[in-house]
Parts: sequence; structure tokens; C-alpha cells
Amino acid sequence: MASTETTPVQDAGSVEAGLDALETTATGRPPLRQTFVNKILPPITAVAVVLVAWYVLYPVVDDPTKLPSPGAVAGAFQDAWLKGDLVGYIWTSVSRGLLGFVFALLIGTPLGLVVARVKFVRAAIGPILSGLQSLPSVAWVPPAVIWLGLNNSMMYAVILLGAVPSIANGLVSGVDQVPPLFLRAGRTLGATGVRGIWHVTLPAALPGYVAGLKQGWAFSWRSLMAAEIIASFPDLGVGLGQLLENARTASDMAMVFEAILLILFVGIAIDLLIFSPLERWVLRSRGLLVKG
Amino acid sequence: MATTLAEADETVDFAARLEHVSKSFTGPGGQQLVLDDISIDVAPGEFVTLLGASGCGKSTLLNLVAGLDRPTAGSITTDGRPALMFQEHALFPWLTAGKNIELALKLRGVPKPLRRDKAEELLELVRLKGAYGKRVHELSGGMRQRVAMARALAQESNLLLMDEPFAALDAITRDVLHDELTRIWAETGVSVLFVTHNVREAVRLAQRVVLLSSRPGRIAREWEVDIPQPRRIEDAPVAELSLEITEVLRGEIRRHGQH
Repeated sequence: MASTETTPVQDAGSVEAGLDALETTATGRPPLRQTFVNKILPPITAVAVVLVAWYVLYPVVDDPTKLPSPGAVAGAFQDAWLKGDLVGYIWTSVSRGLLGFVFALLIGTPLGLVVARVKFVRAAIGPILSGLQSLPSVAWVPPAVIWLGLNNSMMYAVILLGAVPSIANGLVSGVDQVPPLFLRAGRTLGATGVRGIWHVTLPAALPGYVAGLKQGWAFSWRSLMAAEIIASFPDLGVGLGQLLENARTASDMAMVFEAILLILFVGIAIDLLIFSPLERWVLRSRGLLVKG
Repeated sequence: MATTLAEADETVDFAARLEHVSKSFTGPGGQQLVLDDISIDVAPGEFVTLLGASGCGKSTLLNLVAGLDRPTAGSITTDGRPALMFQEHALFPWLTAGKNIELALKLRGVPKPLRRDKAEELLELVRLKGAYGKRVHELSGGMRQRVAMARALAQESNLLLMDEPFAALDAITRDVLHDELTRIWAETGVSVLFVTHNVREAVRLAQRVVLLSSRPGRIAREWEVDIPQPRRIEDAPVAELSLEITEVLRGEIRRHGQH
């Protein structure tokens, strides 16, 4: 009789340990070779295809004022590098872009929080804030020049008008998407009022906020390029937008290509170095991003 | 008309007292009565299950006791602020298992140096030693509910409200968690008000089963369960009482199909 008797409590512990082990799967880093095949090879292939197409098309078009040869564009890069101007062009624009973005962050975040939480403000400016996202920021350049003149403040004003709505809207949608269950759980734990916002609402809204930041950066960069192209002025220092505009005035198609490629690369690089890792970290730590 | 907490210096002989509690919501067809004249006392250290079919207002009742909503009539008094566990684990995915528990401690005012040890202790209580740094998504369903239980216990409330906490788990895990809950209840001496629609679960766990009728929710009948713990859900006395309660429950449900 004694042998068939079970003690449920001790039994539960060992069964539980077994269940836990069965239901947890170990996840490790994928091997380097797999990362190369899945992540690095595809973009390299895409770039190679574009280059090949370019080499094929160049003799067909046969007009260097319309389509410069890949070699000529490489030459333009080389010239700028040897003269020591290349880093200067990039830095002028990147420093403006990032500083403008930081201002946009400082204004957009509290604005987004107020719109998300205060019904009156939301009804008043919520639709305008969303609408502003579809207004091309280049439209702000003429008034900004008239108000502020041809100087750096005008560039920052255009960046702000482009990026603040994105950042604020990202935070608003982040707050809107917080599951009500989290808010209820927070309240039963005693997180009410400001403590509720700080401990529950804001961290829960982080994925939407980061998506807004990412878009805010893209808008900052675009706005800045628009401002630099339209309002180029020698005293402002040559950024990538001015480089493009100078190349157009000089009818130097290789330099036009150089400027466009630089604008594209910088935009991608900032996203790859700052915003994508930030987004991946936020999503992965919440189990919202499946590896592979 | 309100949910009140008993005064700190007042000695109370209950963990929760519900007196003539009614709740109605304004719906499309006018006022709809969801709970009608519910009076329940939960004694300190007592384990009570609220049992009922759909539409009996079990979850509404728990929300009222938790202070998340106010009754339309009657009064609810609890000994301190109750802790609440949901059907979904409701753990915060931006925090690790340990930090989820520490947040509960922090919001209760436990000083920082004590939190880590206290959290580890609670994890050990739910047999999840070593899960402190685990992210919520790295845990299985049963482990998540145990962390949620540890977080609820971190509130050191005298009353633990549970809203079908095991309903979404598989049968094997649920069975194990019944054993765990019984053990933790005995170890901590916390009072439990447990809502379920599973008759056997109600009988397996409780000292007292309160059956609610549906639409509106009224107390239909109560049973004292004097089967000694530890019980198993397969035990003959559990099955026997479950059968009796199921018959009454079915009778209650049948009435709704007759008009």
C-alpha cells in the first residue's frame, strides 16, 4: 500500500521541473556562415546587379552628361577624398542633421505625451499633427528663409518642422497601443498617476516611440537635404545638399551622382548604426522579434 | 456604495466583506443588472472559489473587490489592498521575471537594497530559482503564471484575487499549478478568492465553493469542502462533490433556455 501512495506536493516540484525543461528551448547565436548567407550576401548581390546594369547601360546611353561612367563617379569620389573635402561635406550635413534631430526629439517627446494623454489637446491638434506628416518639408523652406534668413537656424527650423510630427505621432500611437491589461495590472500593483505613466505607460509605448524616432530621423535628413539644395549659400559651408546643387550648376553629372550616393549612404548608415540596432534591441528584449 | 479599505488600526475578522453588492451597467437595452445582492465574507486565511457559468459576473465581481470598479449598491471592505492575478499573466515584457517582482515591491515601498533578495525568495517560493534574469517571452505558460503569482505575492496583501488564472494552461500544467497554489496558500496563510468556471478545479482548491447564477449573478448555493488537503483532482470525494455541484449548476443554466 505504501508503495502506491504518492506525496503530491513533492511530486509537483519534480513534475514541474520536468515541464519547465520541456517547454524551454535554448536559443543561441546563429553560426557566422549562416549570418553571412542570410544577412550579408543578399545586399552585396543587389549592389553587384546594379553595378553590372550600370556598366551595360553606360555605352548604350553613350552620353556622359546624362549617365556618367562608374569610373567617372569613382573619380569624383577620389578627387573629393584627395582634396580632403569629402569628410567635410559629410560632417557639415550629418552634424546639422543629428543636432536638428536632437532638438526635434526634445520637443516631439513631451508634445507626443501631452497629445496622447490630454483629450482636449488631442482633439485640438492631433489631426493637424498627423496631417503635417504628409506635408513635404520642402514646403517649409521658403517661409523659413523669409523668417530666419539664410543661416543655420533656418536649416534647423526646417528639420524640426519635418521631424517633430513623426516623433510625436510615434509616441501617441505607442501609447494608444498599450494593452489595457498592462494598465489594469499596473493599477492593482499601485502604479497610478505619474507612477503609472513612468512605470507602465512609457515603457509599454517604447516600440511605437522608437518607430517614430526612426521615421523622425528619415524626415530630418530629407528636410535638411531639401533646405541645403534650395537655400545654398557659400557662407553656410558645403554640405551634401549644396554639393548636389553646385554639381548641377556646373553640369558635372559625375559629381551629381557622387552627391546623391553620399546622401543615400549617410541616411542608410545612420539608420543602420543607430536606429535599427535600437529598434531590434527593444523588440528582441520583448520577444517581439523572431530570429532567423 | 463604495469599496473601502479597513483602517490600519482596526482589527478585522475578515479579509474581504461584501455586503449586498449590486452592479449594473448601462447597455443598449437600458440598465442591465449584472450582479444582484451579493454578500460574501472571506475569513483570514480562507480559500473561497466563486463558481459560475458565462454571464454570472464573476470577473466583474473581482474587479469590484480589487477596487478597479465601483459597485452600484452595497459595500465592499477589504483588509488592505488586494492583489490580483489575471487569466493572462500580465507580466511586463520590458522587464525580466525578477524585475517584474521588484517593481511590485518598489510600488509597495520596499527599500531598494532589500528588493533583490526578496524577489529571489519569491521566485524560490514558486520554484523558479534561477529565473530572475529571464525575459517573459523566454518562459513557458506555466512559468509565466508562477512569476505572476510571485509578483502578486510580492504585494504582501492579505487577500489574493485570482481571475481564472489557470484557464489558458494545458491540463498537465494546470494540475501541477493546483498543487503549487495549495502549497503556497498553506505556507503564506494568504486568503484567496478564486474565480473559475471549472467545477472540479473549484472543489480541488477551495474550503468553500460559492455558486453564482447567471444574468444577473446571484448567490445560488454554497458548499463547505471538508475534504482534507492535499487533494488530487481525480480523488473520489472531489469527483463526488463536483458531480453534485455540476447538477445544481446545470439546473441554473437550464432555466435560461426555458423562456
